[in-house]
Amino acid sequence: MALMRVSSPHAHGTYSTGMVMRQVLLATVPGVFVLTLFFGFGTLVNVLWACIVGLACESVALLLRGRPLAFYLKDCSALVTCVLLGIALPPYAPWWLIAVGVAASILMAKQLYGGLGYNPFNPAMVGYVVLLISFPVQMTAWAPPRGLGEVPGLWEALQACFLPARYDAVTMATPLDVLRQNQGLLLEDLWAQTPQFGRWAGVGWEWVNLAFLAGGLWLLYRRIFTWHAPVAMLASLALMAALFYDGGSSSSGGSPLFHLLSGATMFGAFFIITDPVSSAVSVRGRLVFGALIGVLVYLIRVWGNYPDAVAFAVLIANFAAPFIDHYTQPRVYGHDKSGGNG
Amino acid sequence: MRRVYGFHGGIHPAENKHQSLGSRIRVAGIPRQLILPLSQHIGAPARPVVAVGDRVLKGQMIAEPGGRVSVPLHAPTSGHVSAIEERPIPHPSGFPAPCIVIDSDGQDEWAPLRGVANYRDCEATELLELIRNAGIAGMGGAGFPTAIKLAGKPGQSIKTLIINGTECEPYITADDILMRERADDIVAGIAILQHILQPQEILLGVEDNKPEAIAALQAAAAGSAIEVVRFPTKYPSGGEKQLIEILTGQQVPSGGLPGDLGIVCQNVGTAVAVRDAICHGRPLISRITTVTGDAVDSPQNFEVLLGTPMQYLLDLAGLHPERCERLVMGGPMMGFTVTTPQAPVVKTTNCILAPTTEELPPPPPAQPCIRCGLCAEACPASLLPQQLFWFAQGKEFEKLEQHNLFDCIECGACSWVCPSHIPLVQYYRASKAEILQQRREHAKSEQARLRFEARQARLAQEEEEREAKRAARKAAAEKRAALAEQGGEEDPIQAAIERARAKKAAQQAGDGTAVTPVKASPEAALRQKLAKSEQRLAQSIASGEDAKIVSALEATVQRLKDKLAEAEAAATETGAD
Repeated sequence: MALMRVSSPHAHGTYSTGMVMRQVLLATVPGVFVLTLFFGFGTLVNVLWACIVGLACESVALLLRGRPLAFYLKDCSALVTCVLLGIALPPYAPWWLIAVGVAASILMAKQLYGGLGYNPFNPAMVGYVVLLISFPVQMTAWAPPRGLGEVPGLWEALQACFLPARYDAVTMATPLDVLRQNQGLLLEDLWAQTPQFGRWAGVGWEWVNLAFLAGGLWLLYRRIFTWHAPVAMLASLALMAALFYDGGSSSSGGSPLFHLLSGATMFGAFFIITDPVSSAVSVRGRLVFGALIGVLVYLIRVWGNYPDAVAFAVLIANFAAPFIDHYTQPRVYGHDKSGGNG
Repeated sequence: MRRVYGFHGGIHPAENKHQSLGSRIRVAGIPRQLILPLSQHIGAPARPVVAVGDRVLKGQMIAEPGGRVSVPLHAPTSGHVSAIEERPIPHPSGFPAPCIVIDSDGQDEWAPLRGVANYRDCEATELLELIRNAGIAGMGGAGFPTAIKLAGKPGQSIKTLIINGTECEPYITADDILMRERADDIVAGIAILQHILQPQEILLGVEDNKPEAIAALQAAAAGSAIEVVRFPTKYPSGGEKQLIEILTGQQVPSGGLPGDLGIVCQNVGTAVAVRDAICHGRPLISRITTVTGDAVDSPQNFEVLLGTPMQYLLDLAGLHPERCERLVMGGPMMGFTVTTPQAPVVKTTNCILAPTTEELPPPPPAQPCIRCGLCAEACPASLLPQQLFWFAQGKEFEKLEQHNLFDCIECGACSWVCPSHIPLVQYYRASKAEILQQRREHAKSEQARLRFEARQARLAQEEEEREAKRAARKAAAEKRAALAEQGGEEDPIQAAIERARAKKAAQQAGDGTAVTPVKASPEAALRQKLAKSEQRLAQSIASGEDAKIVSALEATVQRLKDKLAEAEAAATETGAD
């Protein structure tokens, strides 16, 4: 009998990269559903169009690099990037905006660096930031949530995407914008005078965030990632908000709850900063990484000049990841704390 | 209940132990031919003491220890030595190795055995000698000579004796069945180890997936000093370092041994072998081996003579060769593939695993590492496997050592969890081998450098000596010339002395090995010193030593130069006399 020669171990667990990615995709469903509920079909169109463009970009890049197409496409990593970018973009964005963002994500941030596993920056966030800097007008046009304005239907959503010239977008400042531009009103008065605010944070936004939180908790339960980075980010963001709440005065940065349930907080905490490739690796490293992002998000939201801060915060923390890793190596069995033998 | 501690990481692979636990231990019988590798243990291979054609008796020593860290080898049955040659053996390398081949005569005739009536009357050293002579090496898998491990470092006292009944690898049940069926023998063996080591406590660690074994051990150990400790099942809790942490909460220092903590670990199978050797004088000629996997009809445990070809056992268990693509010695996590079923059972063969392709599918092609960190979570040594993988790919050996590659125990937990199916352990094994190879080469070149430098120094010294002699001769010639000038004849006696001296000096210079320093003039000695100092100065500047050292050396050189100038001036004066 002909016997194989293989190196140990001969047994293998059931995890695979493709499976991990598919579970992440599945976990975005509640968030996308709530986004669609409040803001119409824009996000869904974004996601689908981004996926089509993304798979095309990935395929072209793989062919140019001479890699087997099926083997790399089935890891589903490109789909995850595209879905996350599609969610992050404002609904009813024109098709070319999405295409440029996806191309920047897949071609520039991922394949130019060597493909999956070699990208130092979160590809979806690179795409987002490229668009934000290049096309600030389109990127800050958020539709009003259901209840505060007309929510377009599927046909209008498709029109907005593919025939943008024929579509008159209706937009409204997001709660984060309103708060930042607040000049002299006490938080309480601002809340009362502005229709965008809901029970805890913005109308719609609070539910979107809770939905992404639910998806994230499911991923935690499935052990797709560990709790360290998300919890550290949410904790440091809440802590910053509590420190600068200022009793709800006119210069207040907003309450901790407002920040936790506004903008891309939960989406970022569970779907963006948990990207293992571009984050720190050790347990302590991920705590530091998450906490750094939480602080940066608050700084940029309150004193920066951008509608939301998650993308910039994540990219800055991506820069810091190797540095964090260097200083947070775990103590190895049989070594004392200083790293010697002990 | 004793407190048990946890260890970092670990995994829970499918246990697959029930298959081989359906029946009692079966005696495998005597195959027609036994193949006994000379190296079944860690250390020097044994040296044959029989010749082809000799008749050997069961239990007779057929090979003696090949060094201090080595054990002898005994005939597992009576018969004739039919060959001493290279045969395929179970080894990760897959290379054949020297073996003694015995054709059994079926009579199974014992050599006279002599057990110890009461081991309590014996000195520890005496018992250790008996253990060594019985050919006992660790039965858990590593095969380190047991007597050496028990002897420890001189002056080291043992506080805790740990008996390893963990058997954390999936599929293997050899220790489990031994604990169930021969708990009394294990306890008797431990009592002997206790007498040798005189520990303060004896802990017998068993995972909680073996309740029958625990019950049997507790019954057998009642009234003894042995404490049976059960702890949660997790791979690799049977690793020596992990078991020590579980039972004592202590970690073996990196690069150290359990003995540094006053701990010795022995496997349950080793304890039984010790008991057989001491109480009955029976050397290690058989062991319990699990034969399992879906490619055999009746997985079970055998009591098998060492040297039995694996094929023989597999046939007894009902192998379907067409279903089996690989044959593993050991478990699915740390076992290695054997290249032919003709390879024999050796002292460390705790399991022969014949899986079907569906059971243990061949590894799929590796995908890129996504740094998910599952490997770091699973690593029982708290390493960062994904970083090690990165450095291993780039052959960054210094980084690998900085990240403590050598603390890796190759348990395979990282590869098991890896969602990208990267054969991480294989990378680490290869890197370790390359680093060790580099170290050996470095040691070699370092030796060569030292030899070269010594030679350079010797040549320089010889040159200086020759220079000194030349100077002396010159001075003498000048003196003679001065004498001649002063008038009259050359002093014949003086001339004779000079000639003799010159001849002797020439002789010395001729054979360079002479180390007797030449009684040269003071200035020659100074010159020599100066040259040395200058050389040292140049060296220290070249190697970028501390500025203080360099300036001190410069001062020395200057001082020597001054002295030399003085001495030369003095010499010319005397010469002018």
